[in-house]
Amino acid sequence: MSALAERLAAARAEGRAALISYLPVGYPSVEASVEAMVATAAGGADVVEIGVPYSDPGMDGPTIQQAVDVAVRAGVGMRDVFRAVEGVVESGAVPVVMSYWNPIERYGVDRFARHLAAAGGAGAITPDLIPDEAAEWIAATDRADLDRVFLVAPSSTDARLAMTAAACRGFVYAASTMGVTGTRAAVSAVAPALVARVRAVSDLPVAVGLGVSTGAQAAEVAGYADAVIVGSAFVRALLDAREPPAGAKAVQSLAAQLAAGVRQQA
Amino acid sequence: MSAPSTAGNDMDVPGRFGPYGGRYVPEALVAALDELSEAYQSAKADPSFREALADLQRDYSGRPTPITEAKRLREHAGGARILLKREDLNHTGSHKINNVLGQALLTRRIGKTRVIAETGAGQHGVATATAAALMGLTCTVYMGEEDTRRQALNVARMRLLGAEVVPVTTGSRTLKDAINEAFRDLVTNVETTNYVFGTVAGPHPFPTMVRDFQRVIGDEARAQLLDRFGRLPDAVVACVGGGSNAIGIFTAFMGDDGVRLLGLEAGGEGIETGRHAATLTSGLPGVLHGARSYLLQDENGQTTESHSISAGLDYPGVGPEHAYLRDTGRASYLPVTDAEAMKAFELLSRTEGIIPAIESAHALAGALVLGRELGPSALILVNLSGRGDKDVATASEYFDLAEQSQAEQDLAARAPQEQ
Repeated sequence: MSALAERLAAARAEGRAALISYLPVGYPSVEASVEAMVATAAGGADVVEIGVPYSDPGMDGPTIQQAVDVAVRAGVGMRDVFRAVEGVVESGAVPVVMSYWNPIERYGVDRFARHLAAAGGAGAITPDLIPDEAAEWIAATDRADLDRVFLVAPSSTDARLAMTAAACRGFVYAASTMGVTGTRAAVSAVAPALVARVRAVSDLPVAVGLGVSTGAQAAEVAGYADAVIVGSAFVRALLDAREPPAGAKAVQSLAAQLAAGVRQQA
Repeated sequence: MSAPSTAGNDMDVPGRFGPYGGRYVPEALVAALDELSEAYQSAKADPSFREALADLQRDYSGRPTPITEAKRLREHAGGARILLKREDLNHTGSHKINNVLGQALLTRRIGKTRVIAETGAGQHGVATATAAALMGLTCTVYMGEEDTRRQALNVARMRLLGAEVVPVTTGSRTLKDAINEAFRDLVTNVETTNYVFGTVAGPHPFPTMVRDFQRVIGDEARAQLLDRFGRLPDAVVACVGGGSNAIGIFTAFMGDDGVRLLGLEAGGEGIETGRHAATLTSGLPGVLHGARSYLLQDENGQTTESHSISAGLDYPGVGPEHAYLRDTGRASYLPVTDAEAMKAFELLSRTEGIIPAIESAHALAGALVLGRELGPSALILVNLSGRGDKDVATASEYFDLAEQSQAEQDLAARAPQEQ
């Protein structure tokens, strides 16, 4: 069974939504980024989304771009990503990788899937790979028994929603708004409708991402989704921290607030 | 007279060129790309759309552009006859307007009121700002901060035309980052906004749609050559950054097996230095900006920075159809260094009284070498894709520096005698 679906179901059994934290590998350093990921798990993240740094992150806003740029310049690669996966496994959270497509393709699609599974990764989220282009990836993840998560958006047609959800394994990632990653004052009003549309065509858990940064917003999303994904707010906490120990402390405390939020369900 | 043909690049799957092309984009963009694709297909079949475009090309842009034989250049090209397709004479100074007029008409057709564009040298940005002014559309142009400095004149032109120019300060601050920023804008504002993409790269339908809007270059040239010389050229030569002017002139000759197609990439300071933009010469297949093609990348799959004296060729990717033409051998691609391009730039200025864009000077440099190979009986068609006004500052700096160092050497040689 899918490790992600299992963890999300466990949260559901506790009568709450799951919390998924995102951080990119290599900011401010590989070591410190892994410590920060582990800190989010200690604060209450159920799943850690481990970001593969990429030079052209078209779905990301300025906060994540700034951190990822540092990692790209430092030459962070898949070997570092697999180290982060192992670190998250030890923390008890479920690791899922988030990668734009070219780094996976360059590493070798099948090789990536095998090495990710060997490191203990549950699967991967691919924000710029749609199922239409994913035949090789679907075959490789099937062989390696990995989850694969595609995104749906408010602009997706019903036919594309059904097709995309059917290609997912683990959960479906619902982008709450039309836009890029970043904290927002209010979570988009179109997100509940999108989640309902996914539920109409799929039994998979639905995670909502883009724009969530506070405990109150997490509680709001937890009212209709199976998991809440928070990225930019964690990255912002690291960017604002003067040194790695302060960064780890800050992300742990943010994770604790968000973990309390997903248990409130406004 | 035989009809132009596109045989050889017609694809079974829309947007696919063998293993290249496709759509590697966030799901949020798929609906807009589908809408654009459908609108384009319906426009293409609509005589009133084709007529509106043809009217603009004739009355606004100044088509057809002439063919000029560069007679004094002949002796530098091994005696081969060099025929210039004068895209530099288009309104706004380059071939970019061909595509932009089509896409701006399409924007109105799908009821959107705002266009965005990326630009490197500024030619595509100027063309988009021009079409937006003409058709009453709001326009935002993304341009790498580095390029806004190199091409300050074009920034002023775009602002005069009423466009907002946004300097992009992320990543390498050049064209590739301007494209990322434009896609981020599109995904956020897709309800009102159409992305007027400037080259034959990017996700489907851009590579085919931009090709179709640019193929007028080759269609005209082929008919002009048959009419004036009674035969097809031996070779068709064009510079390749993203590759729109090259595809534009190649397409009509694709089925003419005897016609050699040659694309010249920016060799920068030399392939061996690593400071170049010769994607098809030394890149690897991968995915960038929504399509599979060749790109300059490192072992981690990160796009590497390109270098060229010409901002318009300074791009680490290339259109997917060029990747396919390279692999199948229908077209060949060679690098031209900054120095070779600047030599051709100076030569055309002095022998023909035409100051070319530095981009187009790469094509000329390639044609001179090819002429020496093919000899005096050869007829070589060169796409003179743009004019060099925008490059005068770069050129005067380039040549002044050379003269200064010569003067310094003379001075140094005289110095001991004067003491």
